[in-house]
Amino acid sequence: AALNDGLRSQVSAALKEGRVTPTELCQRCLALIKSTKFLNAYITVVEESALKQAEESEERYKRGQPLGILDGIPIAVKDNFNTAGIETTCASNMLKGYISPYNATVVQKLLDQGAVLLGKTNLDEFAMGSGSTDGVFGPVRNPWSYSKQYKEKSVPKSHSEDEESNWVITGGSSGGSAAAVSSFTCFAALGSDTGGSTRNPAAHCGVVGLKPTYGLISRHGLIPLVNSMDVPGILTRCVDDAAVLLGSLAGHDPKDSTTIQDDFKPFELPNLTDVSKLSIGIPKEYHAPGLSSEILALWSKAADLFKNAGAKVVEVSLPHTRYSIVCYHVLCTAEVASNMARFDGLEYGHRSGMKDSTESMYAATRREGFNDVVRGRILSGNYFLLKQNYEKYFVKAQKVRRLIANDFVKVFRSGVDILLTPTTLSDAAPYTEFIQEDNRTRSAQDDILTQAANMAGLPAINVPTALSERGLPVGLQFIGRSFQEKQLLTVAKWFEKQVQFPMIQLEEVKRHDSDVFQHQKSASFS
Amino acid sequence: VLNRRCVEAAVMTGLALNCSINKKSLFDRKHYFYADLPAGYQITQQRVPIAVNGSLSYSLCIDSKMSQMVTKTVRIKQIQLEQDSGKSLHDDTRSQTLVDLNRAGVGLMEVVMEPDMCCGEEAAAAVRELQLILQTLGSSQAVMAEGQLRVDANVSVHHPGEPYGVRTEVKNINSIRFLAKAIDYEIQRQIEELENGGTILNETRAFDSKLGCTVPMRDKEGKQDYRFMPEPNLPPLILYDAKSLPANMNHQQVINIDWIHERLPDLPSVKRKKLVEQYGILPEHSFTLLNEDGLAEFFESVLKQTQMKPKRVIGWILKDLLSYLKQHSLPVKDSPVSSFLLADLLNLLEKKEISSTAAKQVLAELWKGEGKTPLEIVKEQKLELLQDQKELEQICQAVIDGQENEVIMMVLG
Repeated sequence: AALNDGLRSQVSAALKEGRVTPTELCQRCLALIKSTKFLNAYITVVEESALKQAEESEERYKRGQPLGILDGIPIAVKDNFNTAGIETTCASNMLKGYISPYNATVVQKLLDQGAVLLGKTNLDEFAMGSGSTDGVFGPVRNPWSYSKQYKEKSVPKSHSEDEESNWVITGGSSGGSAAAVSSFTCFAALGSDTGGSTRNPAAHCGVVGLKPTYGLISRHGLIPLVNSMDVPGILTRCVDDAAVLLGSLAGHDPKDSTTIQDDFKPFELPNLTDVSKLSIGIPKEYHAPGLSSEILALWSKAADLFKNAGAKVVEVSLPHTRYSIVCYHVLCTAEVASNMARFDGLEYGHRSGMKDSTESMYAATRREGFNDVVRGRILSGNYFLLKQNYEKYFVKAQKVRRLIANDFVKVFRSGVDILLTPTTLSDAAPYTEFIQEDNRTRSAQDDILTQAANMAGLPAINVPTALSERGLPVGLQFIGRSFQEKQLLTVAKWFEKQVQFPMIQLEEVKRHDSDVFQHQKSASFS
Repeated sequence: VLNRRCVEAAVMTGLALNCSINKKSLFDRKHYFYADLPAGYQITQQRVPIAVNGSLSYSLCIDSKMSQMVTKTVRIKQIQLEQDSGKSLHDDTRSQTLVDLNRAGVGLMEVVMEPDMCCGEEAAAAVRELQLILQTLGSSQAVMAEGQLRVDANVSVHHPGEPYGVRTEVKNINSIRFLAKAIDYEIQRQIEELENGGTILNETRAFDSKLGCTVPMRDKEGKQDYRFMPEPNLPPLILYDAKSLPANMNHQQVINIDWIHERLPDLPSVKRKKLVEQYGILPEHSFTLLNEDGLAEFFESVLKQTQMKPKRVIGWILKDLLSYLKQHSLPVKDSPVSSFLLADLLNLLEKKEISSTAAKQVLAELWKGEGKTPLEIVKEQKLELLQDQKELEQICQAVIDGQENEVIMMVLG
């Protein structure tokens, strides 16, 4: 089996038939992680325990008793999920060296099905950011920076400095997970999505990024950013795989009171051939300022694709879209300020040496432990929550949030099944360019297409669509009705098949794993 | 995750205190930094608590002999569910604070009363009644010394007819007795302060039980902005009653107020009434019976085992038995005299085999707990009443004969 095979369709069979063993898969991934270390996608790699898990999986396959499709499959988890016995840092000084005493529910579910945990991936500190550039372990590099496709298209400046200075960002905040999946070091990764943090890096790294409906997957053990918007995100190389992961993670968790009670039935995605009964909505407000002409053209082409295949494509309006950024910022910073209050250095994490008084210890600890981005959001959030400001900002923002959510309700009620929008404003920016603006500015710009789905709690998915003129991935986003992931993923799968997004051509992968190129897709959508 | 038992306890308490139960109540975060608050916020119910607008009736004795009681009422503003913080233990000698987080996050029920009470005695009586109610319901053991019931008193003074004065909050009160003392001290302090031309600060004070006074607390400074925010991890709490309960709801998932109402045990006030009606004892007797843990049960147990009328038995229970228990600081359950033994003794008295003076002597002996039965003690100490008429006459005659002079003087008047 090849590292780019679909889980359900190929890898599972290969494992069952013994054509490849879990140990082999694990070793290949670990080796690739080592040789792609410059990507800085992983904060922690747990080689020993991964190999042990792989061995145990192998035993099960030998006995003919695998736990399921995920048994023996190497996966990575964003470093803001608690993993028992493994360091969980949130890419922050505050939690450097912190060993979780328990597994997040989603991590436990994966382990219970025999998945092999390779390590914890890099992110923006405390998941705040849209570049995966603001964590204490340094920025994550987009694997496409080193792809043949990108190198071919980039204007050569001077010799050896090229590769070092020209690399592009992954997007964020789940950049490490996206890069890990994109560079074949794992088959799937967990991210988190609060304002687009799974879909944004998925778009920039050319992988599938699924944000499930709020309340479908447990947040227990996911270190919270914005409790009312956070969801665990799923990153995979194809839509089918995302469905597999979703099936193993979704469902009520008694430890998370915000998960719905209803039973969840895992599903297999049908191979849709007839889209004539489908109604695709194109929200005109998503033609946002700053949207690159390239992506605009791609979006248009995608709409035509559906139309030509017989689907009904209509322009719709989500009139409150332009308020969503501001609204998101107020609510996000308020919840952040609240959620970060627990980091006082007393019980766990970093504690400052300052001993003059409890208050001064708290202040020093929090100044030392948090970066500027986090501190900025805490201060803003506390401002909005002050008694005199509460009505003006927080309550107002909640009302606007309701309006934004209602926009979607109205559109879906009018007969539209799925919304089609761009995921990002442009392809991935070079790091040197990205850091010219601060985190807040970047987040405000980059979140615009993705955060409405978080505000409304709707499921959304990024599907890699084509390569840009610079040879970098561009993805498009589908937004569905609440809890209608099956429909959403079915449509996404159909689209994925139509566009035939090209596989990344990475030197490192080629060197390590020639099998990968056996199944290379030839046609591409651009 | 919300603790079901806490919600049930709050509903029961709300019903017992005649409150309206809010079918929808909300949870909020109250933010402040303190070593014993690990999350940096406390989950509470600031916007919409679980129960509102109730009342608590309690009784006071007009005089010290417990012979005249008057009923008073204090309004209950609300009952809210919230989290407990940890405990801070200040070690001044080593300049350090020890933080015990074991109880952080445990569910609390806060009962807020309106300022309808006028002195320490009233507050003490009201809290005592609340304690009994909580114990009867099983909501809490409500033992103040164990911290199971914590009471903060808000005290203000004003001239009749004028609006209420500035209030201070008094904390660190560890018993009902201290509650009365603290309140009375604070009232006095405020009156003196105002009469000397001073003002009352809206501050928090701690009760110092050793000195019997209240002192300002160092830690609380100024007005805190708690930055209240809805608790995003706890959806609104929805309670149902028989009418609103959806048909296909899983019984495990919901709380039905009517179901709880039907299963409420008899509240102390009801129990007292029943005791008075059933046994013909006085209302103040019923108070004492319920005030002592296990005493009412003891009383009823004795009644089952004796023919003596309740009105006579009650005297033995409340005067003799209780005073022994109090003298030796024993709870009823540790009484060396069991209900069986006491009933046995009272039966001898009822059958006129001994006099009541003798009975008291026997009781004193029983109290030593040496395992003897009343009958054995009576025989030992030769306390039997003589039943034989003739023998009595002879003794009387002998006495009279022996005291001729005194008898003549008595007969003559």
